Amino acid sequence: MKLNRRHFIATASAAALASPAIIGRALAADGIKFVSILDQSNGLDIYGKPMVDTTRMAVDEINAAGGLLGRPIDLKVYDPQSSIQLYTQFATQAAAGDRADVVHAGITSASREAIRPTFSRFQVLYFYNVLYEGGVCDINNFCTGSTPAQTVEKLVPYTMNKWGKKVYIIAADYNYGQITAQWVQKYVRDNGGDPVATEFFPLDVTNFGPTIKKIQQARPDMVMSALVGGAHVSFYRQYAAAGMNASIPIASTTFGVGNEHKLISAEEGNGMICAYSYFEEIDNAANKAFVKRFRDRLGADAPALNELAARAYEGAYIWAEAVKQAGTAERMAVIEALRSGVHYDGPSGRVQIEPRTNHANQNVYLAELKDQSFQILETYENQPPTDTLLVCDLVKDPSQSTFKFENGLKAAGIDI
Amino acid sequence: MDLVVSLALQILYGMANLALISLGLAIVFGMMRVINLAHGEFLMLGGYTVVVATNNGVNIWIAMLVLAPLVVGVIGVVVERLLIRWLYGRMIDTLLATWGLSLLCIGLVTSLFGASTATTISPPLGVITIGAYTSSGYEMFLIVVTALLLLAGYAALKLTPLGLVARGTMQNAEMSSALGVSTPRIYMITFGLGAAVTGLAGGLLAPITGVLPTIGAVYIAKAFITVISGGMAILTGTASASVLLGGVNGIVAFLTGPTIGEVALLVAAIVLLRLMPRGITGTFFRKGL
Repeated sequence: MKLNRRHFIATASAAALASPAIIGRALAADGIKFVSILDQSNGLDIYGKPMVDTTRMAVDEINAAGGLLGRPIDLKVYDPQSSIQLYTQFATQAAAGDRADVVHAGITSASREAIRPTFSRFQVLYFYNVLYEGGVCDINNFCTGSTPAQTVEKLVPYTMNKWGKKVYIIAADYNYGQITAQWVQKYVRDNGGDPVATEFFPLDVTNFGPTIKKIQQARPDMVMSALVGGAHVSFYRQYAAAGMNASIPIASTTFGVGNEHKLISAEEGNGMICAYSYFEEIDNAANKAFVKRFRDRLGADAPALNELAARAYEGAYIWAEAVKQAGTAERMAVIEALRSGVHYDGPSGRVQIEPRTNHANQNVYLAELKDQSFQILETYENQPPTDTLLVCDLVKDPSQSTFKFENGLKAAGIDI
Repeated sequence: MDLVVSLALQILYGMANLALISLGLAIVFGMMRVINLAHGEFLMLGGYTVVVATNNGVNIWIAMLVLAPLVVGVIGVVVERLLIRWLYGRMIDTLLATWGLSLLCIGLVTSLFGASTATTISPPLGVITIGAYTSSGYEMFLIVVTALLLLAGYAALKLTPLGLVARGTMQNAEMSSALGVSTPRIYMITFGLGAAVTGLAGGLLAPITGVLPTIGAVYIAKAFITVISGGMAILTGTASASVLLGGVNGIVAFLTGPTIGEVALLVAAIVLLRLMPRGITGTFFRKGL
């Protein structure tokens, strides 16, 4: 046979195109499909990149230990680039195209609400591993992150006792910020304080000058921040540049989970107080081993670890525990196993699924920022998601698939 | 009283901020009719120059005031030689090409420095106390720099031979060419200067806003709105549009909140362009530069 250029290219490209399909099918025959959709570029990458790192680590560890039920886990990662439109596109791709066994996805509450109905409709098990405002009541959706009753409820009285009762609230302008601001108002009032003002910021605002002047005018005892994303980091810089961090301290429900404490200088961040279900600085053997494995894996490029990154890892393991217990990766069997009280003892301590809400009972830590690292001040063990428990009971009615706080706390019957 | 003074300074800073991010774009757009969609990325590159330089032990003032404009200015000249000069007079093509350039810059910087660089440079200069209020000394410095930049631009255009030739080329390129002016050279210098001013702005803003590969997107819309609202005259247009839009934004943001403040800025720009389609300098200050 004469080998000419055209023939060669045609044959070679046909082979090149066909081979991934063959390999793909061979793996797909016995792999369990795990899809992760997390922002790795644009404004929300500060959250998404470490989460993807730890998700990969969890899956690699499980595979290295022989996989699940003797089958390997096939991990597929999509980057929705901080765009809600891409979230819905990839969610449909994961459910209908990849036929995923489980999807771990979403960072902002806006993205979660965009894709949650897709997974309900296609009956694909869905994990959301990010701290959020509470209120999701969906049999198909497991929310393993901390919620305001677990964290903000501890943070508000602690900081009010320390600093004073007048609280100025600043928050990101979408459902997370709006609803979290209402929780803060509620807890401030519950503790006899006064939420003097609440302000919301679109995610791309970088000039916080007028707000800093308003804070100076209002003279609160403290500022509570629920700011989100890369652009909002400039608030903390400008606040410090105006000398405000010395006079009016900041507590936050979001600072640090995007490793913001590594983005601003020690002097700019010192003294801030936060509460999450995980800090890299937690002092126990399991966490130290986890941090070491992570650093060994990524070397000098390893980002700092925070609740989002740790929970993405633990979320993967909780699902794996449930698959083992169910003896299959089939959706309903895994959901039943999860709701039977599956737990995982990870770097943050024990995380256990709470069956009435599909949320997690978990440890919560309160910490103060000093020289770019968090010093843990208080530990609250095994905290239930009491906010979501107020409005959700999946044991009584498992057919639910709603977000109860969609129209705010008042609409859900909670006094603020 | 303290509040009025400190708020006035804050609003002045808002105006200076707009002028600072728009000036480089105004030079390129006003003089050359080139729509540079990579303007935001030039700002970002200025910021990264400062971050990389200070991390390597360079004095922050030298990094901001010398290195940032120099590096981005050189990048600007290279871009003009390789890309822009083939596309003069083809507005849509330039638009696409510079948009591609902007994506390329974001991609390159992300792969070089990661999606979120740890920029721990704090704004230098201390705090200014006005009665019960405090302002950032660095923001005051930026106001002064912006004013000086506008004055320098005025002087360069009005008093130097290069300024005269540049203004001539801007008014009628063919006639200038016929009179022996090398218009391609003028365009190259102008684009380089525009890029340098943009780099300077990006470098100066880095300590207050932080630097991310995608930070350009935050600036680009505002810069365009300011330049278009300003109209034909580069300096007067940019300055007057910054004063108007920055003032509206600052006052409304203080009275209501940042969301409405941003909306007010955009509404002001829309109303302005409805009443004065050729921008502020199409109606007022028509003899301005």
